[in-house]
Amino acid sequence: MNLIRGIRRLAAVSSLIGMTMLLSGCMDKFVVLDPKGVVGRQQLDLMIISLLLCLVVIVPVLILTFVIAWRYRNKTENKAAYKPQWEHSTKLEVVWWGIPIVIILILAVVTAQYTYKLEPSKPLQSEAKPIVIQVTSLDWKWLFQYPGQGIATVNYVKFPANVPVQFELTSDAPMNSFWIPQLGGQIYTMSGMAMKLNLMADEPGTYRGSGANFSGKDFAKMHFNADATSQADFDKWVEQVKSKSPPLTQDGYDRLAAPGVMEKADYSSIPNGLFDRIVNKYSGGHSMGGMDMSVHPNPAPGSMQGMNMSVHPNPAPSSMPAGMDMSQNHH
Amino acid sequence: MAHGNAHAQSNSHSHAPSHEGHVDLESLRLMGFWIFLITDCILFGSLFATYIVLHGNTAGGPTASELFHMPGVIAETFILLTSSFTSGLAVLSMNQGNRKGLIGWLVVTALLGASFITLEVTEFVKMVHEGATIGTSGFLSGFFTLVGTHGLHVSLGLVWMTALMIQLGRHGITPVTRRKVNIISLYWHFLDVVWIFVFTIVYMLGVM
Amino acid sequence: MWEKIQQFASGFFVTGDPLIYGADVSIVLTMIAVVSALTYFKKWTWLWKEWLTTVDHKRIGIMYVIASLLMLFRGGVDALLMRTQLAVPNNDFLSPSHYNAIFTTHGVIMILFMAMPLMFGLFNLVVPLQIGARDVAYPFLNSLSFWLFFWGAMLFNMSFVIGGSPDAGWLSYPPLSEVSHSPGVGQDFYIWGIQISGIGSLMTGINFVVTILKMRAPGMKMMKMPIFTWSVLSSSLTILLAFPILTVTLALLFIDRYLGAHFFTLTAGGNPMMYINLIWMWGHPEVYIVVLPAFGVFSEVVATFSRKRLFGYASTVFALMSISVFSFFTWAHHFFTMGSGADVNIFFAISTMLIAIPTGVKVFNWLFTMYRGRISFQGPMLWMMGFIPCFVVGGMTGLLLSVAPADFQFHNSYFLIAHFHQVLIGGVAFGYFSGLYYWWPKVFGFKLNEKIGKWAFWLWNIGFYVCFMPQYALGLMGMTRRVNTYSWDTGWWGLNLVSTIGGFLMGIGFLFQVWQILHSVKFMERASGDPWGGRTLEWSIPSPAPVYNFASLPTVDEKDPWWEEKERRERGEPAWTLPPLEPIHMPKNSGIPIIMAFCFFLTGFGFVFHWLWIAIPGLVGVAGCMLAHSFNYNTDYYIPVDEIKRTEAAARGAV
Repeated sequence: MNLIRGIRRLAAVSSLIGMTMLLSGCMDKFVVLDPKGVVGRQQLDLMIISLLLCLVVIVPVLILTFVIAWRYRNKTENKAAYKPQWEHSTKLEVVWWGIPIVIILILAVVTAQYTYKLEPSKPLQSEAKPIVIQVTSLDWKWLFQYPGQGIATVNYVKFPANVPVQFELTSDAPMNSFWIPQLGGQIYTMSGMAMKLNLMADEPGTYRGSGANFSGKDFAKMHFNADATSQADFDKWVEQVKSKSPPLTQDGYDRLAAPGVMEKADYSSIPNGLFDRIVNKYSGGHSMGGMDMSVHPNPAPGSMQGMNMSVHPNPAPSSMPAGMDMSQNHH
Repeated sequence: MAHGNAHAQSNSHSHAPSHEGHVDLESLRLMGFWIFLITDCILFGSLFATYIVLHGNTAGGPTASELFHMPGVIAETFILLTSSFTSGLAVLSMNQGNRKGLIGWLVVTALLGASFITLEVTEFVKMVHEGATIGTSGFLSGFFTLVGTHGLHVSLGLVWMTALMIQLGRHGITPVTRRKVNIISLYWHFLDVVWIFVFTIVYMLGVM
Repeated sequence: MWEKIQQFASGFFVTGDPLIYGADVSIVLTMIAVVSALTYFKKWTWLWKEWLTTVDHKRIGIMYVIASLLMLFRGGVDALLMRTQLAVPNNDFLSPSHYNAIFTTHGVIMILFMAMPLMFGLFNLVVPLQIGARDVAYPFLNSLSFWLFFWGAMLFNMSFVIGGSPDAGWLSYPPLSEVSHSPGVGQDFYIWGIQISGIGSLMTGINFVVTILKMRAPGMKMMKMPIFTWSVLSSSLTILLAFPILTVTLALLFIDRYLGAHFFTLTAGGNPMMYINLIWMWGHPEVYIVVLPAFGVFSEVVATFSRKRLFGYASTVFALMSISVFSFFTWAHHFFTMGSGADVNIFFAISTMLIAIPTGVKVFNWLFTMYRGRISFQGPMLWMMGFIPCFVVGGMTGLLLSVAPADFQFHNSYFLIAHFHQVLIGGVAFGYFSGLYYWWPKVFGFKLNEKIGKWAFWLWNIGFYVCFMPQYALGLMGMTRRVNTYSWDTGWWGLNLVSTIGGFLMGIGFLFQVWQILHSVKFMERASGDPWGGRTLEWSIPSPAPVYNFASLPTVDEKDPWWEEKERRERGEPAWTLPPLEPIHMPKNSGIPIIMAFCFFLTGFGFVFHWLWIAIPGLVGVAGCMLAHSFNYNTDYYIPVDEIKRTEAAARGAV
């Protein structure tokens, strides 16, 4: 019994440590519970509604479990009723088929409403003109192309706050999932498809984003920062990238797409129609089966700054570590 | 459930004593085979589903209408349907206690099955020579796997049927061999039904 | 020549990691120890005659349980390695590829080589005894199923030391699992290991459906069947419909890899999303396949230890069967974020929520079985009491996950990890443990030590909450699954450390269970035929059950026949009239199943390495075994009445 008491004490202490850590300034780390965007906020509302609906049943059940277990324990002095033949009561059974049915009905209606409302491909309501960012998941890095601005970044993304961002997502590597928890939920990036995800940041800030779906060896390194800035800062940044950074050529992209990890990078121009080429590379002569996912009719970025592409020889990602090969110990 | 019934049947069972509640083993095995066929239905169902999803993905390779030669397929269909009929005749002979007729009709069934397989293999070889292999496109992967799995089932059935003919020669018509004949004829009819779906979904819709 | 051999060996054996060399050494030592012990004690014939060739469902059940506990050990070590790696930020205890291999094998082993065989072990040990049958419908097939599982598991586990482990996740999504991204042999080990044991699972499903439908004791109507048997029926029916899909999916992936086909490739018209749909069409029902029998165990345990009839028998049966139907219409909730559109997501969200209804009803039925009962908290009942709160909370988080738009935030995060471990450990593992403790005396004839069992229980329970509650929080902190490490600035460190401590507590709990078994074997406390005050037929015969199970069968017309019989005897009313003894028809042992399954193993091994010179003889061996079995007409024998009388007298005398 001493041991059991010891274990209980250990559990108590460790949960105490856990609680302290939760409360001591770590609360802002609960990114899902601290949304900074309209989508994430509605998703949090939905989580709270569904949690409360569940608790209506769960809490009484938990209490009932302990009360019944205590009251009908097998002690000789126990005076509580004992009815070994009692096995059926239509009234009671109707009650507990009824309660979950009602709860599930409410939850189903709420879910359906929110599913339409939060359909990720639906553009967000806003005065501001949306900005388009084309996301490609590579092995093991993220490429962001700005067709409107004609620039590209790797492993970080910047956009103005309070402006709807239309992400178009695809993959030139095994499937991944694009997730910036504080702005809203994730969506898969899949080869041969251009998915859509609409998000908007309420306030400037740096939000952690990551790949959420396992995609191979260095998957854990596929996180990035999403910086929401003021419009002015954003414009300034675009100008800076355009004037200071090297361009991205098709050749450079091919090197980028090879498996490996790298630091942040940015490019002053992008090859014409690169995103469409990435999507179409895998969708040749394809009717995507089952689910309806259209290969998107991309609004190709018009005139590119890519004129000087031939001038700049090579925009190889700046700091590419040695681990660029596919070699894996275990094969 | 079927206990009274099973008890009555077990009296006709070749094994000596029978026990109250001890079910007839041969009817048990027949039931198991029916359930196996359900699982096989799902197996083929999954293959049909993948074929249907992929059938448009020709990736620049040959399409169904370029590839399929209907006369050969219709001949295969006709042969397999006939063999299903002859396997039924085999069961009829068995029920009349006619061992020779039974084995004879099984031989006819197996020969028809073998010619079906020969035709199918010839068709496959021809396709491969035309450059349409399993690695050409998603469509052809689906096609070869679905039709090939059916062909594999038929081939296994042929080996099994041969083994059964030898056993019939040795033991004659006993409750055990009777059950085995019933099962293989069930299997044969099942493959026939699957082929009708192959014919309709793969070939007919493919050339239309 | 020597260089060639060296070169081959360095590719063939997994090299480069001290952990693996350690494992190599311990595997070799264990094998040497087992072989020498068997030789020294002259036990080879005994092993072959009594165990390897047995078709007795009780022995097959025991072999399943032993194998699955070994697999639990390996899966558990995998888990603790992962938790060690994640205990501190920027840890390099495991390299990324090694970590990826370990979470893959952990998942596969725990679901397919631990939960499934433990479940089949319980099926085998209990169902024939509960329904009053002499064996399962097809004893030969039953043995074959076991050996297919066994050799499949061996093939999968071999990848640890030979060739390299799979590392694309437990469901191996393509294109990651295709040759283009996983060129090694690990994926092929994955495919063949699961494929071979999966065929065995499918046959077990068929076996138990027929056994339950056709082999019940006289008078036992469907609605008088013990509730565990109902749960086995619902689980087996689900197996029948789900496992062929797995067979096809794995076969197609193999055809892609081996013949260069394009089912799931990125190029030439392949469709990786089709794989994800197919694998979850099996994968989701699979989860219910393993949890339904746990519900059955709890329904038996709660009635026995409350000394009261199960409340709401009919609605529990209805709940079990409706869950196995609904389980086929929820698969897409595993990928709400694939962008299938609002309508598809709403359909699968609601179908998922519907499952909560029958599940919730069962919880109420269990609670009201305890209500107005007399509950004693012995081993099996303790796990039941641990199960209810754990499963209720895990079910609730499952419901939260089913809310599609919210799932966009939960998906692929540690919130999801915490959820499914809560239902799989709290539901499935606790359920099977409860069942093992409950039926242990029936199977082995002795009881397990209660005191050590209590320690194990509390360690598991507390360890569970310490391990997985922080993971819900980590999910909400944005920690995604399958990351092999994380940096300091994420703020994930503290909770990960707590979680690791919890994992080790569960590990210690497992060691206590091993100690409990060893201790109880040593101090052998003989159990009577009915040590718990049981209610169903299996408790009416001696422990352990004689080879033929029932010398003669009573006619059953109540739900709890043995309980009612005991009541009648107490009241001095006329007891069962058992029919007179008759010779009992029994199946003969056969060596074909183990040999045939081994030939399957050779086939798989040959295909893994693309060595047709092994694969083809393997296939020929399989065919040869089938024919040998088909031509064998000498498959059964009769136990004479005298021998039954002697056995019964000895068994009754021993109690």
